Amino acid sequence: MRQFFNFVKKEVYHITRDKRTLFILLAMPIIQLLLFGYAITSDIKDVRFSVLDESGSTASRQLVEKFAGNKYFIHYSDLHSYDDIEREFHKGKTKLVIVIPSDFANELQHTGTARVQLLADASDASEASIVAGYGQLIISDFQQDLSKNETIPYRIHIEQKMLYNPQLISSYNFVPGIIGLVLMLICAIMTSISIVREKEEGTMEVLLVSPIKPVYIVLAKAVPYLAIAFVNILSILFISHFLMDVPIVGNIFLILFLGILFIISALSLGLLISSIVDTQRVAMIISAVGLLVPTLLLSGLIYPIENMPWLLRAISNIIPAKWFISAVKDVMLKGMGFEAIAFECGILILMAVVLLTISIKQFKNRL
Amino acid sequence: MEAIIIKDLTKKFGSFTAVDHISFEVGQGEIFGFLGANGAGKTTAMRMLCGLLEPTSGQGTVAGYDIYKQRDLVKQNIGYMSQKFSLYEDLTIKENMRLFGGIYGMSDKEIKMKGEQVIQDLSLQNEQNALVESLPLGIKQKVSFAVSTFHTPKIVFLDEPTGGVDPIARRIFWEMIYEAADRGITAFVTTHYMDEAEYCNRISIMVDGKIEALDTPSNLRKQFGADNLEEVFYTLARKAKRGDD
Amino acid sequence: MAAISINNITKMYGGESPVKALQNINFEVNHGELFGLIGPDGAGKTSLFRILATLLLPDKGSASIENLDVVNHYREIRNILSYMPGKFSLYQDLTIKENLEFFAGLFGTTLDANYEFIKDIYVQIEPFKNRRAGQLSGGMKQKLALCCSLIHKPSILLLDEPTTGVDPVSRKEFWEMLRTLRNQNITTLVSTPYMDEANMCDRIALIQNGQIMSINTPSGILDQFPYRLFAIKSNNNYHLLQKLKDNSEIRSCYIFGEYLHITFQDNRPIEIHGTEMMEIKPGIEDCFIELMDNGSNNN
Repeated sequence: MRQFFNFVKKEVYHITRDKRTLFILLAMPIIQLLLFGYAITSDIKDVRFSVLDESGSTASRQLVEKFAGNKYFIHYSDLHSYDDIEREFHKGKTKLVIVIPSDFANELQHTGTARVQLLADASDASEASIVAGYGQLIISDFQQDLSKNETIPYRIHIEQKMLYNPQLISSYNFVPGIIGLVLMLICAIMTSISIVREKEEGTMEVLLVSPIKPVYIVLAKAVPYLAIAFVNILSILFISHFLMDVPIVGNIFLILFLGILFIISALSLGLLISSIVDTQRVAMIISAVGLLVPTLLLSGLIYPIENMPWLLRAISNIIPAKWFISAVKDVMLKGMGFEAIAFECGILILMAVVLLTISIKQFKNRL
Repeated sequence: MEAIIIKDLTKKFGSFTAVDHISFEVGQGEIFGFLGANGAGKTTAMRMLCGLLEPTSGQGTVAGYDIYKQRDLVKQNIGYMSQKFSLYEDLTIKENMRLFGGIYGMSDKEIKMKGEQVIQDLSLQNEQNALVESLPLGIKQKVSFAVSTFHTPKIVFLDEPTGGVDPIARRIFWEMIYEAADRGITAFVTTHYMDEAEYCNRISIMVDGKIEALDTPSNLRKQFGADNLEEVFYTLARKAKRGDD
Repeated sequence: MAAISINNITKMYGGESPVKALQNINFEVNHGELFGLIGPDGAGKTSLFRILATLLLPDKGSASIENLDVVNHYREIRNILSYMPGKFSLYQDLTIKENLEFFAGLFGTTLDANYEFIKDIYVQIEPFKNRRAGQLSGGMKQKLALCCSLIHKPSILLLDEPTTGVDPVSRKEFWEMLRTLRNQNITTLVSTPYMDEANMCDRIALIQNGQIMSINTPSGILDQFPYRLFAIKSNNNYHLLQKLKDNSEIRSCYIFGEYLHITFQDNRPIEIHGTEMMEIKPGIEDCFIELMDNGSNNN
């Protein structure tokens, strides 16, 4: 055991001596949090919308013109049935569908109250809510125009529906996503690089020839990064909760427990990479292409998994971050308990065990 | 005309004097050994001679060009080869020649003619299209030297050129250097290894930024009453005060 | 019983057209001996070291260290062996002391416990113990590496090209340190491409193309040189060399620094005009060349 701690101490020296890298490791999560939180919600303009006008009345055409006349919106297409809506959204061009029911003009005229449905593509949830908000403003504007000459004001009920992401949670979504991304980055990339560096510099040969067990080498490399990763989870949660007002509804310890499970599987991935490559450059490329990109694209962090073609959906199942992010969302944003995420936990544990076994087996006793 | 003439050449980095008023001349076709312990200032001096670094003071011409004002012309007229790097391992011999010939502004026709000549001289007909990394060390070194003198420079700088090769390959290599010197190319050799230094016509030994000895190997042995250059070097370098970093 | 014994070791590399890195290597190193493995880059030195260090498996043959087989008993060997690979560079971002403590800890010991053992070498670098290894000079790095290799009191020391890239003063000091290690009853196997280092060893093996050409004491190797050797010099050695190469009376002719070393057909020296010629004793390099020539003639 003393051998092990001796080794951990050495790794801590390596990490703390390299101040620049250490700073990046600690500051990166915060920077990413701010990037995703603020920068990515950009202004919207030229929002394409489609219309399903079942009323076909003067009033409904006036409403559509009102939208088309707005500088933020572009009248993209006219739909003819409810089935068209899904198809149109899948083409990905249109962001908003306005459904005007057949009784629109009639109701408006006779009861002074009508309904309009706004369907937004919420796969980009923040954009969707902005688009829907603009839509509401335009409709209420339209309502006022109508009411100008009347004594009794018209009222149009707006029924808003967010497709593909009904709870619209992705405005907070990025927090679990960033935890996943950062942990993957630090645990997998940094550990694999740190092992491969020993290979490159020839020190690995000396370590192998010493009586220390390979499993100690592997684990000792992982321990300091586990600690850094844990600090990162805490800093992300702290900043997002207290500075960005992201709710933490569920049990914080359950979130940390999930974090540790995920860290272990990410570390195992890093170790696996290091056992098959010989240069830091290759380790970097494999980690970036093989881990970072899939984590970014297929974990649900940026694009909702439900909208992906079946092949990508299937691939997303082997990405640890997917399970982690979905479980953290459930706990953090929806306040669910352990029962709700037991399945995700099970998968993460399974992944960690399998990966760790393979990487320790792969770690050769000889050259 | 002398290939290298330097007088009181000095380079300071802040308060540290890396090279301290060194003066010497190297004749055309001479094989000149430039020795010194790590940190004695060898590398700095050589960089100034190659036009890579501007001296703090002193004068010098290399291949007839001023090392302050005509650094581009200096670079055009020298060749460089080191044990560590000279050829691109993932290119073939011919591709390396084309590359370096191109860098030094040789015409395609010239490169082709000269290339065929070299391949023939070194009898590498079978290897000319093989990747450099697949060649034995001895052949690699021969090709490195041929490439570094491909543009017929006036001076070729050789940095520990024969370290690690077998004794026969080393001799074949020195024969190439002698042959080049016979054609009038000056060889400026830096090395740690005294047995390599023995092949030079004259050698200089640098200690703490200054040249402490400069003569033919046999005169140096006589002067220091030593059996070999190793002893001469040891006597001088032991006096060094400066750490080698 | 020998400290290191190597029996018929053969090692191949490459899949379809394998290259023999080592061919039927046989030799023994005695307890407390300073044994040199001398040969150029690519001769197979590193492969042999790695096999002895239990890092590589031989294709044929066997080897043992202190009677422990390098394949089956690698765990025990790793406790008593110290191996310094050719490109070994320590941990540059750790200080001298931290490096030493780490390597001591690796073997379950401490710097204090074995201080006496490495003292002779360590005192030379101890004043800088809080300096990072990356900021040390070549000679100091080498001393530190040797301390790190000795910190667990190994009985066998394998040093793969420890003097490559080190200046002559440090090289000389390093060899002197190795010679003093013999008093501590450590068996040292050291490799080098530099022929002039052979004289510092008790015994040497000359290796080329994966084969051992000769094993003997340095003076024994010199005594085996089969011809009378002459050094010859003129005012233009290059032209002299061209001339002598075409001379059928000359058996061999090679440049050696300021001189050419020549042997004559049937050991019959002839007069050569305009030169200064004297009979000399051969050096290790002469012997190495002679053995290489012989090998290529026999094949």
